[in-house]
Amino acid sequence: MTIDRKEFLRMTGLSLAALAAGRARAAGRESARDAVAARRWAMVVDSRKCLKKAGCDLCIRACNRSHNVPVIADRRHEIKWIWKEPFQEAFAPAAGGFANSQYQDRPFIVFCNHCDRPPCVRVCPTQATWKREDGIVMMDWHRCIGCRYCMAACPYGSRSFNWEDPRPYIRDLTTEFPTRSRGVVEKCTFCAERLAVGKAPACVEACEPGALVFGDLEDAASELRKVLSTNFTLRRKAELGTVPEVYYIV
Amino acid sequence: MRDRGLVLVGLAVFLGVSTLPIWYNLASRQGAARPSLKLPVGEKDCVAPVAYMKTSHMMLLNDWRDRAVRRNIRSHTYNGRTFPISLTGTCLQQCHTDKAAFCDRCHAYSGVQGPYCWDCHVDPQLLREAPKGGDAVPTGGPDDHR
Repeated sequence: MTIDRKEFLRMTGLSLAALAAGRARAAGRESARDAVAARRWAMVVDSRKCLKKAGCDLCIRACNRSHNVPVIADRRHEIKWIWKEPFQEAFAPAAGGFANSQYQDRPFIVFCNHCDRPPCVRVCPTQATWKREDGIVMMDWHRCIGCRYCMAACPYGSRSFNWEDPRPYIRDLTTEFPTRSRGVVEKCTFCAERLAVGKAPACVEACEPGALVFGDLEDAASELRKVLSTNFTLRRKAELGTVPEVYYIV
Repeated sequence: MRDRGLVLVGLAVFLGVSTLPIWYNLASRQGAARPSLKLPVGEKDCVAPVAYMKTSHMMLLNDWRDRAVRRNIRSHTYNGRTFPISLTGTCLQQCHTDKAAFCDRCHAYSGVQGPYCWDCHVDPQLLREAPKGGDAVPTGGPDDHR
């Protein structure tokens, strides 16, 4: 069979057109998927409700228990996912100088801010930590090589390093979640494993006064957005440009 | 070669003695020793065909790891049944309830000491041995703000 010049050009043109149509369809599908995934998890900590009861640590207990977080007395080795920090440290440097003294030393619940521009993700050489489409700054402990660049990059101290095997320090081992091993970094993951089965994060569920509001920042009808639109909120070290997604009502 | 006869007999005896285990096994009609594994009760073919699991369970586990952690796909369907992707929850709690008598025994037998799955993933057997401890909350240090 022979093809003349005219036929060859016609067929080439048709094939290219078909290819372009296929690409365009695929691209359309891609953007539709992004639109669904544009949801953005965020949290509000209402400090007016939090710590009404002195020494309350329900959220910390719940988190530690459900994630096998070891309790290590040696502060150089301690592992923290969610903990308390006094106002002047949680909100430094904005809280420095002659700021209202009634906030001095008042404890605030702090944890990973799941930043929109997470510096930890930028520096991770193995992509063991990365930002999911729903905004969660996730960790893959299988991939962590323990270089601790992320710890140096995080301005909030949200990350802890396992200097030793954490197993002997876990008081109440659960089979629902793995432990970590020596040589990896760990932090809060907004309970990605619980969200996957339709549960709220462990700290939110455990908080009796309802001081933790978790929800979708992109959903204008969400409780989170309602709280944000009716209250003045602060974010920790927002001036650094990491765009933290944990909001505090002080 | 005046001692040819003696040398040949000596060689034959040596070969006979050194290959005795082979003859012994052949004579007693059993193969080489195999590990006695505690096979799952009530499950024959759950997340993948048995032959695939025997040769390639590590690929399945790697695939599960990437799907669950990195792509947030946390269930696996095979033969119309759906399983949560969980090494402890599905593999160990549903099927191979005795890790020591299944995973460990076969790995020891075949000399595969590599996988460090269990440095992090919890063997439920550990809980059965060690009773529960106290509450998981740090004890206060000098600058503990509680």
